[in-house]
Amino acid sequence: MTITPPVVELAGVTVRRGVSIVLRNVDLSIQPGEIVGLFGGNGAGKTTLLEVLATSLRPTSGNAAVLGTDLRGERRLEVRRRIGLIGHSPALYPELSLRENLVVACRLTGAPDDRIDDVLAIVGLGGVAGRRGRECSYGMQRRTEFARELLLAPELLLMDEPHSALDVAASGLVEHLAADVTARSGAAVLVSHDRERVEKISDRSVELVGGTIGGGGDGG
Amino acid sequence: MVATVADLSLIEQARVIAGRDLVRERRRGEVAWVIVPFGAIAMMLIPLGIGIDTPTLRRIGPGLFWVVVLLFGVLVTVRRTAADGPAERALLLRFGVDPVAELWGRTAAHVVLLLVFQVVVGLVTVVLYDVDVSRWPVVAILLPLIALGLALLGTITGGVAAATGGSNLVPFLVAPLAIPLLLAATESIDGSTTTRGILGWLLLIVLVDTILAVAGVLTARPLQEIT
Repeated sequence: MTITPPVVELAGVTVRRGVSIVLRNVDLSIQPGEIVGLFGGNGAGKTTLLEVLATSLRPTSGNAAVLGTDLRGERRLEVRRRIGLIGHSPALYPELSLRENLVVACRLTGAPDDRIDDVLAIVGLGGVAGRRGRECSYGMQRRTEFARELLLAPELLLMDEPHSALDVAASGLVEHLAADVTARSGAAVLVSHDRERVEKISDRSVELVGGTIGGGGDGG
Repeated sequence: MVATVADLSLIEQARVIAGRDLVRERRRGEVAWVIVPFGAIAMMLIPLGIGIDTPTLRRIGPGLFWVVVLLFGVLVTVRRTAADGPAERALLLRFGVDPVAELWGRTAAHVVLLLVFQVVVGLVTVVLYDVDVSRWPVVAILLPLIALGLALLGTITGGVAAATGGSNLVPFLVAPLAIPLLLAATESIDGSTTTRGILGWLLLIVLVDTILAVAGVLTARPLQEIT
């Protein structure tokens, strides 16, 4: 029998910023195929937790592993390519067209670029692929990020306020993207204040309160 | 799990980053339409401002050229490196780009931009200062070496500024390492017409370039961690 390791395994993770403790003894385990909704008020530590999972922030103490890689070690660089991130603000090169942004993403990661036109059509940007990032609305930039993650096929997908700036027609893309990841035995974490929409597509909810996991979930 | 990505070599990543930076710069037009013209104008204004005769201009022309190249060149590279916002820097993290590949990719793009700058300002210098062009072989060796040094210097200091949020530190970081480049470039031109020769000065430039390259490689990963 093969035991599949968890996609995320946090044990006693604490993060300090200056004198403040932003995350305190967080335990969280996320299994392959899971979609987890992460909730909490302002300053609860949601974005910090995403930064830890995205490997852009080292925990001050505790054990943290993503996709079987210890986040305190030097192999963090290798695992980054396997983690998708749609942050609070769209991350695109404004001088490049939407299509060129995707080409650069594929070339820098080694992902195949033969599906670019297909994914642009999926996210509804097939007709404006040549428009530069700076000429696009926030919602169009957001859709381009969705297209990028469809191309790069991450094994862990992190989304911060994924529904923001998306119109009704596009809001189904969040579900589409999360399902795409879990179909490949990956996992998705969705941070949102829009609890109702995210709970509809997530398997489990985790509540962060004052930097600790509490409320509706046991974290693991 | 599905592995969909192929391992990319450091050189391939650097090549993609250099191409990306050059396309972005071409579309921004900051170097082509702002910095290069200002550099050329600076070379035009100096003789008007101090009103000196042709023999003196011919003598000071090469030195002024290197001063302008140094000041504007560092400006080009620092601004290009520090201009990326947090979201753009996060993209390279997301793509798992090796920070050393990022250093060389950015540096390669900066070398191209600096060579364009040097050629344009150099032509202005030749025309306005009546500079002796018989020393062009020396200049042909110096231009890429100085461009590489300034590109590395600007990329590293721009990276420090981006990582620490301390852009006001840049002049203090740049000056100590830029001075040997300026001195060696000027003396190489002078030396090429005398018996002193230029080998020692060229070696100094190569040494500074090498020190900067090693420093860049050693600091690339820690700077990315801070960012």
